[in-house]
Amino acid sequence: MLKILFFGQLKEIIKTESLEIEIIQSGKQLNTVAKLRSLLQAKGEVWNEYLAYGKALVAVNQEITNDDTVLNDADEIAFFPPVTGG
Amino acid sequence: MSHFTQICVQSEDFDFAHQYQKLRDSNNSDGALVTFVGLVRDMNLQQSVSGLFLEHYPAMTEKVLINIVDKARAKWQLGSVSIIHRIGQLQVSEQIVFVGVTSQHRQSAYHANEFIMDFLKTQAPFWKKETTTEGDKWIEAKASDMDKSRRWS
Repeated sequence: MLKILFFGQLKEIIKTESLEIEIIQSGKQLNTVAKLRSLLQAKGEVWNEYLAYGKALVAVNQEITNDDTVLNDADEIAFFPPVTGG
Repeated sequence: MSHFTQICVQSEDFDFAHQYQKLRDSNNSDGALVTFVGLVRDMNLQQSVSGLFLEHYPAMTEKVLINIVDKARAKWQLGSVSIIHRIGQLQVSEQIVFVGVTSQHRQSAYHANEFIMDFLKTQAPFWKKETTTEGDKWIEAKASDMDKSRRWS
């Protein structure tokens, strides 16, 4: 099971704070961030727009990373807009 | 007392004098102490702002801030480093962030303080939502902030 979190404006727009997804989808493994991102983008128009590469950053197990990152079962994946603290 | 690293993410306000004193008390070998405090402004892009809501990613925030301090310590010889970042609802003119750095000489302290702020602004998982007269509005990241963090590499 993958644990997926959303933050900031993205969380509000897709009206979702967190999700759990099986790492095996239709017999295939969601083994990279890119594959997970595509699966989530297919959930609807706003998901497609706001989760697009370049628009939503991704962290795997609390570290900012890129779409080539390999996913393992029980990973925590977070998608969020560019940060604006300070 | 000896040199320390302090990282706090909290909803409560902080007392500048107390934080400054803690840094001063941490040693007698450092001749420089540089502090930065970020405040909530009343205007952003022409709309009148009455307050700010700060969201963060709890499991990740502290990790990122520790990592930024480690990077600063690898670049400059530093004494104590303190970062306090507030979360939740803040009003105009309230304190948002405190960064304090000590070192033997001023140049390292100035540079490290700015380095920490530049990376905090582009890497630490905080998001600001402004309360304005025209409704709530998420603040968009600025390209100029990315440029500032890139100049250190």
